[in-house]
Amino acid sequence: MTHSPKPVLAVGKYAALLAYLSFALFPLYWLLKIAVTPDQLIYTEGTNLWPSEFTFDNFRSVVFQTDFLSYFGNSLYVSLGTAAVTTLVAAGAGYAFSRFNFAGKRLLIAVMLITQMFPLLMIIAPIYKIIAGLGMLNSLTSLIVVYTAFNVPFATFLMQSFFDGIPKDLEEAAMMDGCSRFQALYKVIFPLTLPGLGATLGFVFTAAWSELLFALMLISKNEAMTFPVGLLTFVSKFSVDWGQMMAAGVLALVPSCLFFIFIQRYLVQGLTSGAVKG
Amino acid sequence: MARIELKDVKKRYGSVEVLRDVNLDIEDGEFIVLVGPSGCGKSTLLRMIAGLEPITGGDFLIDGKRMNDVRPRDRDIAMVFQSYALYPHMDVARNMGFSMEIRKDPAAERASRVKKAAETLGLTALTERLPKALSGGQRQRVAMGRAIIRDPRAFLFDEPLSNLDAALRVEMRLEIARLHQKLGATMIYVTHDQVEALTLADRIVVLNGGDIQQVGSPLELYERPANKFVAQFIGSPTMNIVPVTGGDGEVKTADGSVIKLPHLPDCGAAVELGIRPEHIDVVDPSEGDLIGVADVVEHLGSDTNIFTVVEGLGPLMVRKHGNIPAKSGDRLGLRIQPENAHIFGPDGRALRRVLEKVG
Ligand SMILES: Nc1ncnc2c1ncn2[C@@H]1O[C@H](COP(=O)(O)OP(=O)(O)O)[C@@H](O)[C@H]1O
Ligand SMILES: [Mg+2]
Repeated sequence: MTHSPKPVLAVGKYAALLAYLSFALFPLYWLLKIAVTPDQLIYTEGTNLWPSEFTFDNFRSVVFQTDFLSYFGNSLYVSLGTAAVTTLVAAGAGYAFSRFNFAGKRLLIAVMLITQMFPLLMIIAPIYKIIAGLGMLNSLTSLIVVYTAFNVPFATFLMQSFFDGIPKDLEEAAMMDGCSRFQALYKVIFPLTLPGLGATLGFVFTAAWSELLFALMLISKNEAMTFPVGLLTFVSKFSVDWGQMMAAGVLALVPSCLFFIFIQRYLVQGLTSGAVKG
Repeated sequence: MARIELKDVKKRYGSVEVLRDVNLDIEDGEFIVLVGPSGCGKSTLLRMIAGLEPITGGDFLIDGKRMNDVRPRDRDIAMVFQSYALYPHMDVARNMGFSMEIRKDPAAERASRVKKAAETLGLTALTERLPKALSGGQRQRVAMGRAIIRDPRAFLFDEPLSNLDAALRVEMRLEIARLHQKLGATMIYVTHDQVEALTLADRIVVLNGGDIQQVGSPLELYERPANKFVAQFIGSPTMNIVPVTGGDGEVKTADGSVIKLPHLPDCGAAVELGIRPEHIDVVDPSEGDLIGVADVVEHLGSDTNIFTVVEGLGPLMVRKHGNIPAKSGDRLGLRIQPENAHIFGPDGRALRRVLEKVG
């Protein structure tokens, strides 16, 4: 760290940042570009940075002429449901891991870690058998259940680290001040965990929103398709309708973006709060 | 206000015994200081009194009622934590009034009590700040304000000053002493700092390795330590302890010098002599009990510290009031004040004459 910032260094820093940003955001830009390009120009002006003509037709047809809205709604339902249930379970489990000592705690943590080690492909078949056996194929609930099961371990570790970052003294002080353990939890600990809850919600929501593999296996009926599965129908139905596909992709970004704008102020706090003792 | 009794109180973590048979009666309004080296179980004992740590065995009574299994919230005891443990998302006023908020006391009463406590502690201008915008000393005051606001039966302090710098520590120490005078409440104070212990306590409890070594007033511990541990732990600079050969009313050093200690008992051969640096007089080399060669001399203005080496005895530190014109290499006559000398047996226990002189 230098005290007087050198201009060369500053310029270099910004240049590096800019280079990284353009690299990371370029695919998104391309998504947007193709979405607003009229169909007939997609191949002729394939490599232009900006099309000579500009249209919202793709958005219009995606929203009104396809099942996009239904996919979108299903995805929203599944993702919000998964995020809510997972965070609830993870918060409870994370609190217990952080604050209590109980028989089998280490074993439980080890087992949870092991579940994270298997490649998803290995367990697709058994999961399919189980869900089919329960007669829950083509139901959004089954997706919520499966996603929750897969996200709970990591979310629990995430929540545990947030609880670990909150000094135990605070709860004890609250209990000395007359709180029951539960009162201490929701009056003192809960408000301090909001960043952690925000980060976990965001993480799980995004994971569920973009999940394809299980959705593909467990959902075959059009009316129960989530967005990533629905997106594939653009390939077969209209012999790869790039414009509509990209427009749908842009629209699919909207909830993720909104969600992150909503939680980002908790998130930034949250990611640092674990590092510095609060 | 409360009388607190501990009867054979024990604490075990699994198979590790952290506290053994602690017996202690704390009078109503007494200021008790628990002191001892790090890891000796002070915090554990305090937390058991608070109700934050289960008691493994024995009885814990407040005003004659057994409280072992009573929840912290129902013990009506306030605690000031070493980390202050202020609620980060609440401003100073809400931090202080939180216990009343939980008890659902009327808001007007709460506001007036918070105001009064803030005045007492000089926090009036800060009541709307969050803890993160306060200095260490101010946080400490808020933590104390949070404790006094509820007018509890007893106060517990766990090393409350150890995170402050030296000057602030002295100031807050006085403030705590003043608070005790004003409230007259029972206070139990944990520290590893013997100066805090000596200045604040009505009675000091010296703990080591899970056992109470001695309980007594600061002066008692200073004048009549029960064993070597207490003798060395209490008092600064530390008491000199040197091996000698015991006899009747006297002890001998390895090279044959005799020190007369008429009021001490006839003791076995292998004993140790304990003498505080301030209880050794510097005299003419022809008169003293011993001859010490000054190694290092520290002139502190108010006092002079002389680190001497005595033939057949080893190093002996001497502290004298005022300025002693000694310098390194001087041969000094040293006289042990017999009434202030201590003899420790092979087990480390202080040996005393069983019968005090009559008349
Ligand atoms: N939760 C615990 N589990 C096991 N051992 C503990 C626990 N808490 C404290 N101890 C042990 O108990 C002893 C006393 O600790 P403590 O009361 O904190 O000491 P002090 O406050 O005097 O420094 C220490 O040796 C410590 O290692
Ligand atoms: Mg401690």
